[in-house]
Amino acid sequence: MSEVTTNSELKGRSMQFDIKTAGPAIALLVLCVIGFLLNPAFLSEGNLTNLLTRSAFIGIIAIGATFVITAGGIDLSVGSMAAAIAGVMIIIMNSAVDAFGTGVATVLLGCGCSVILGFGAGLINGVLTTKGKIEAFIVTLGTMGIYRSLVTYFADGGTLSLNFDLRGTYRPVYYDSFLGLPIPVWAFIIVSVAGWFLLNRTAFGRYCTAIGSNEAVAKYSAIKVDRVKTLTYVIQGVCVSVATIIYVPRLGSASSTTGVLWELEAIAAVIIGGTVLKGGYGRIGGTILGALILTTIGNILNFTDMISNYLNGTMQGLIIIVAVMLQRASWGKSKIRTT
Amino acid sequence: MQKSPKKETAILAAERVSKSFGSVPVLFSVSFDIRPGEVHSLIGENGAGKSTLIKTLSGFHKPTSGRILLDGTEVKLPPNGEAEHLGIVLIHQELNLAEQMTVEENVFLGRELRRGGVLSRVEMRQKVRGYLDAVGLDISPASRISDLSIAEKQMVEIVKAISRDARVLIMDEPTAVLTEAETEIFFRQVRRLKEQGVAIVFVSHKLGEVKEISDRVTILRDGQWIATQDADQLTPDAMAQMMVGRELSDLYPPMNEVDFDADTILEVKGLSGKGIRDVSFKLRQGEILGFSGLIGAGRTAVFEAVCGLIPIENGEVFVAGQSANFGSVAKARDAGIAYLTKDRKSKGLLMQQRMRPNLTLFALNQFVKRLRLDKAAEEVALKRAIRRFDIRARDPSINVGDMSGGNQQKLLLAKVMEAEPRIVVIDEPTRGIDVGTKQQVYHFIAALAAEGVSVVVISSEMPEIIGLCHRVIVMREGRVMGSLTGDHINEAEIVRYAAGLKQEEAA
Repeated sequence: MSEVTTNSELKGRSMQFDIKTAGPAIALLVLCVIGFLLNPAFLSEGNLTNLLTRSAFIGIIAIGATFVITAGGIDLSVGSMAAAIAGVMIIIMNSAVDAFGTGVATVLLGCGCSVILGFGAGLINGVLTTKGKIEAFIVTLGTMGIYRSLVTYFADGGTLSLNFDLRGTYRPVYYDSFLGLPIPVWAFIIVSVAGWFLLNRTAFGRYCTAIGSNEAVAKYSAIKVDRVKTLTYVIQGVCVSVATIIYVPRLGSASSTTGVLWELEAIAAVIIGGTVLKGGYGRIGGTILGALILTTIGNILNFTDMISNYLNGTMQGLIIIVAVMLQRASWGKSKIRTT
Repeated sequence: MQKSPKKETAILAAERVSKSFGSVPVLFSVSFDIRPGEVHSLIGENGAGKSTLIKTLSGFHKPTSGRILLDGTEVKLPPNGEAEHLGIVLIHQELNLAEQMTVEENVFLGRELRRGGVLSRVEMRQKVRGYLDAVGLDISPASRISDLSIAEKQMVEIVKAISRDARVLIMDEPTAVLTEAETEIFFRQVRRLKEQGVAIVFVSHKLGEVKEISDRVTILRDGQWIATQDADQLTPDAMAQMMVGRELSDLYPPMNEVDFDADTILEVKGLSGKGIRDVSFKLRQGEILGFSGLIGAGRTAVFEAVCGLIPIENGEVFVAGQSANFGSVAKARDAGIAYLTKDRKSKGLLMQQRMRPNLTLFALNQFVKRLRLDKAAEEVALKRAIRRFDIRARDPSINVGDMSGGNQQKLLLAKVMEAEPRIVVIDEPTRGIDVGTKQQVYHFIAALAAEGVSVVVISSEMPEIIGLCHRVIVMREGRVMGSLTGDHINEAEIVRYAAGLKQEEAA
């Protein structure tokens, strides 16, 4: 008798859980159907690859953000960081042309610098939050302003452009495909798999969740809280640098408007995906779907005249609010069930 | 009892109330009544249904069957604490005060006195001062809650209840975190309220206190009503037996003597830090060492310093002869020292997570296989821990926060033991848990010591220290006052040291 009850309860619980985790997937599916109904060209191979490629930037950054947010932090500086890294990368590559020519070596040098800069910028955010004991919101609000003004300064208020010949060498990283998928999509896939493994299958991922749930418990459980938290910002920084590496060849330039509002899109993708903003519960799969949903909305609006393209932000905003409303509703339900 | 009021005089009563959550029944046809001017205690083991009953009586839960009577007429209590308007106030175990606001602001929170849309601060302050005087609490209405002691916060909750014209005051373990002196002050206020005709329900695990303060006592076991009796006809022993339903003569396990030539495993020399001054002691292998003293005497701080949780300013720690001033909890763990916090909810366990991630968190590095977490091994460890520590949960996927205090404590013990420590420091091993679980915890501790693990027990419950420990160190104001062994361990001696009436010459 009692076994039967626990069994049925387990089943109910797991089914409810499924609906909750499947939410973003269902939403994306619905969006695709709407897109197809509005214009069958939405599902054309060309458009789908384009959509995936576009979502790669926000997606990769959002995967980093999933770690930061799961561990109870927030990083507002990612958009400015991307712009600053792009700017410095371009300056370095342009000035390396004399020494290394316009070949692959120079591009690799630029990419290497990008990763180092991303790592360093993340480390600064992390150390200021943990050792400096300043709230992540304040630290990254500060660095956001700093990075943004740096890129404006480097570009002297204008645009930094990549050497024309280098552009030719670097171009394939954004425009070429490998096994039918564009390179940025491959980068997105690799970062996603690595992120999923790290968050769900390693002790580090468990530590992030524990710290986000309750920092004191984590500390008493022999977890090096400061180190783990700093590492989440470093991961975020490296993700930003990877996104920048595939972004620079797209336009071959950087200016003060590069990456504006990316931080909000990344956070939105994370939240739509079901990660809890105050930490303690993170889902990489959800984040990927969140990034895809955001890009799809913009894409659909491009396809139709019914709603102005200028209302892209409105649609994204509505989706974020509705997504969180739905998540809250199901959280509440599960709570009543268990107490 | 000078008079025995008849049933009609009950303010609030539950009649054959049952309650199930989903398909799990937790309360079976329980009847309970509260009369004006009496303290009616409710006791029972964790999971006996006390919380469910008081939440049903205050409208937080709806009964599945049965009736709630207010002044003799059947009522459906409004949910979410709105029963306060009917004069029924439940004071939760976790106090419900806005920490950064003042006493006055808290008392009037949500029903501030206004005149023409502007707060009448003077009037509110006067009223609050009146309430504070009435309960004899000597604090300013302008004090910030975060600056008050726990006992004072408790009293502010009560003032809040009085200001709402509470006729029935239901208190869930109000004395759990109070010292004996604070409890005395608290009881004085409770008696005063009683004289004013307030009906009080008192839920507690401290049976001595129940005996002292109650007029009547109701015992619950496994969701069933066992007995309601006048308190003066009950002894704490009789109450304990009715709660558990069996003899409790062997509450404390027989004590194994420590080998005379057992090695010293932990030595602390002249340790100083925040809240501790020049603390020295030794711990031998297989020994149970008690740390007694008043709350705030620095007992917890000593072991937080030893385990790398707070910085050491001066002094040295040796583990098995090796210098061991740990800078981090991880290093202490790897050297074989584990500290079990007394603060289960905020420092011990992740309340929003299930048992498995909680169990393995402390020793997670042992569950890593080629960079991956070995979830199968974690599952095995969970099964083993559930068996070894007799953890009872309705189903293993339940959030830890929804488990009873006793089961949480067992899980916390299991979590720390996953690291297989040589030295276990247990801070308040039985805070907020029932007699049956207490007995189990005591037996675990004795079994550990018998296996050669050294155990430090920090406790404010004197019988526990006396019944369990080979040796007792008494602290006061951050210093070691003295150490007692064998027959010298008794309440009078401990109190003498703890109160500063006696001090050993520093060795």
